[in-house]
Amino acid sequence: MDLATFLVQCLNAVQYGLLLFLVASGLTLIFGIMGVINLAHGSFYMLGAYLAFALAPWFGDWFFSRLLVGVVLAAAFGYLLEWIFFSFLYERDHLQQVLLTYALILVFEEMRSILVGNDVHGVTAPSWLAGGFRLGGLMEYPWYRVFASVACLVVALALYAVVNRTRLGMMIRAGASNRDMVRGLGVDIRRLYRIVFAGGVALAALAGMIAAPLSSVYPGMGSSVLIVCFVVVVIGGIGSITGALVASLLVGVVDTFGKVFFAEWSGVGIYVLMAVILVWRPEGLMKRGF
Amino acid sequence: MASDAGVSDAVIADVGALPDIGRREAGGWLVPAAAALVVAALPLAISPYGQDVVVRIAIYAIFALSLELIVGAAGLVSLGHAAFLGIGAYATVLASSDSGASLALLVPLAIGAAAAYALAVGALSLRTRGVYFIMVTLAFAQMAYFVAHDTKAGGGSDGIFLYIKPTLVVAGLTLVDLGQRLHLYYAVLAALVATYAFIALLLGSRFGHALAGIRVNEQRMRAAGFATTPYKLAAFVIAGALAGLAGLLLAVKDGAVNPELLSWHESGAVLLMLIFGGIGSLRGAVIGAVAFTLLKELFQSEALLGPLASHWQLTLGLTIIAFVAALPRGLIGLGARLRGAARG
Amino acid sequence: MADARSPLLRAQGLGKRFRGLAAVDDVSIDLHVGEIHAVIGTNGAGKSTLVNMLSGELAPSTGEVRFADHDVTRWSQPRRARAGLGRSYQRTTIFGEFSVLENCRLAAQASEPRPWLVWERAAHDARGLAVAERVLDAAGLAGEGGRIAATLSHGAKRQLEIAMCLATAPRALLLDEPLAGMGAEETGRMLALLASLRPTHAILLVEHDMDAVFKVADRITVMVNGRVIASDVPERIRIDPAVQLAYLGDGH
Repeated sequence: MDLATFLVQCLNAVQYGLLLFLVASGLTLIFGIMGVINLAHGSFYMLGAYLAFALAPWFGDWFFSRLLVGVVLAAAFGYLLEWIFFSFLYERDHLQQVLLTYALILVFEEMRSILVGNDVHGVTAPSWLAGGFRLGGLMEYPWYRVFASVACLVVALALYAVVNRTRLGMMIRAGASNRDMVRGLGVDIRRLYRIVFAGGVALAALAGMIAAPLSSVYPGMGSSVLIVCFVVVVIGGIGSITGALVASLLVGVVDTFGKVFFAEWSGVGIYVLMAVILVWRPEGLMKRGF
Repeated sequence: MASDAGVSDAVIADVGALPDIGRREAGGWLVPAAAALVVAALPLAISPYGQDVVVRIAIYAIFALSLELIVGAAGLVSLGHAAFLGIGAYATVLASSDSGASLALLVPLAIGAAAAYALAVGALSLRTRGVYFIMVTLAFAQMAYFVAHDTKAGGGSDGIFLYIKPTLVVAGLTLVDLGQRLHLYYAVLAALVATYAFIALLLGSRFGHALAGIRVNEQRMRAAGFATTPYKLAAFVIAGALAGLAGLLLAVKDGAVNPELLSWHESGAVLLMLIFGGIGSLRGAVIGAVAFTLLKELFQSEALLGPLASHWQLTLGLTIIAFVAALPRGLIGLGARLRGAARG
Repeated sequence: MADARSPLLRAQGLGKRFRGLAAVDDVSIDLHVGEIHAVIGTNGAGKSTLVNMLSGELAPSTGEVRFADHDVTRWSQPRRARAGLGRSYQRTTIFGEFSVLENCRLAAQASEPRPWLVWERAAHDARGLAVAERVLDAAGLAGEGGRIAATLSHGAKRQLEIAMCLATAPRALLLDEPLAGMGAEETGRMLALLASLRPTHAILLVEHDMDAVFKVADRITVMVNGRVIASDVPERIRIDPAVQLAYLGDGH
């Protein structure tokens, strides 16, 4: 493999990892703070992608506006969903949570099918991000992919800032380690949960919106991203944002380079990685915490 | 041992789903035996299509029973059980040549292959607990799915066909020919009865009681001196092996295998069967398999539901939500509640 | 009376650090057969951490634990339990769903698990059932075998927990606040039970009930902030100025 190809693959790995981080951070936050395992999290990613597709004709090249509107819509949806459905899951055992959120996936898939059909759709990148830059002789690396990585990185930093530097973040961290104490301090824990949930949904949807021009918009995209996210959360440790970041990048690297070197067996690469981590450090790379 | 006398149903309801141990379900083993006899006599009364449905349900009942051993008895929620069903099925098809194969080879092979994967997956997954365990079992099942779906050895997304059904030939005499409908019917029924009896035997043994103890309070088991992980691993492997058996039967019945057998929809479906029937009960596992299969047929039936049939995922999803929310202890739990109400 | 032989359980220099904070620091403690050794201290003194290190549920950062002359510091909890170290928990740790008899029979099964004998019914485990009847008797729960454990009174559940500890014939017992939540009569019964166990067992008793501790302990170790500030016979602990200052308060 020559240097240019190697660089391209590295960039791809980082970009995939960062996108994964956005989805996985929502999942790990929701699990770490509310203790709910949510199989439907991948559906929020799918929601984002379909939002990108649906909003495209109205916004054209106004890309950031489109992202903003999409995120707001997704957050509102998440807020409502927590209120009418997820808040009832907190006292239930894991098996019931698994089955109820599995049923939710079925409902979402069918709603998508009814509202926008089952076709695969393409979403074009905004024209000011079209094309790419030269990397060695014949390789051209798309600007949009660079944008995707940068955007995810910015969001990651913003997330870090919110969690570690704001009052909301402090309440979130406190709520993760001791729910009852936080309640005792007068924090409206239900509203906190609702906000966290809405945030998680928004993160996943944003990832879907950003990914739409890269991977196209298709029915199964929710499930495929979800299971990879589970691998990320297992490797990184539940409730840990830093762990999710490190694990996402690791998974990105293993998956991208796996496809290059192992062709048809590449799909198992990330699971082998997970198996290795389980042998070495079953509790995940980072202990519980942020 | 524990007697029901003096313990009110209100207390039992409070304490949650009781394990099979120390508590006789209504009718003891007579009810399952009678049910088996009824099913054995069914071919006299129902059409070949009906027999087909019964065979399909029976195979899923074996699958559900195998999962009951780890979810209901040991308290481990596995979201990757379909992997073992699929491995048993694929092993069957891959080991069958164009001239068919012998059951004497296929049965141990399917069970062995599934058990081997269960041993590997179990050893790694049991290093985790709770939600991690759920996610890890799902991930390892997905790994198996990818091998079946992507690799040439696995046959790709179209799957592989089984052209000649296996037989059992002893000293020149064809004892069993699974290509014949009635042979398959009674072979599957026999496998179901054997699985049910075997698991019931396990649950009533020291091993089974230890599993129940691990489910109820693993800390106390360790404090008493039980090394709990080997017990859980053994249950996981046995469950995988039995799922492999179900896989073999499914491959034979359908005459084909495809990667969707290993998908998480399949793993989710078998969990749903357990919760429909009621966790912690062998009868519940069988009842759940019946209920789920019939429900899915119902929701997909255009004859009964018209245009709603194409949106069966929606109806199924909403039904599951309503069911789990209202009847967390399944149909068996409902039965117990009705009996309690009738007693006044 | 304290036994002059070598201790059955000996912990030396035990320490546990969590992210730079020392929950337990350089604690040494001995248990002798025929002696009830109480450990007292304020909340957060490190008593639970100490017990968890002795039982094998928590690996110490420093120090060693010796049981019957074996170095068990690296042994898992089940292994120590099989060697004769039993423990009860602060929060009642029984099998609520099972009958009282089954609770004890299952605990007894740990001594002779033989899980491969799948054709033998656990309900007909003669040895286990006999042990169960015996320990229920010893714990004062004779005749309650048929009840579902969750229906027992709080005090009876604590007695059941002790019974389950006894089912594996341990030589040393680590009892974590067995009197928690008990009324006067139940406390009296539990103390009588402990006294009856004293001659044949080495007992560690973590407790908050001062009256009970001074009534039954042969030796008292006082912990504050993860350290031992005094370890002596009750009479001398009662008048120890450091203990009075840190824990007992004036005029005790």
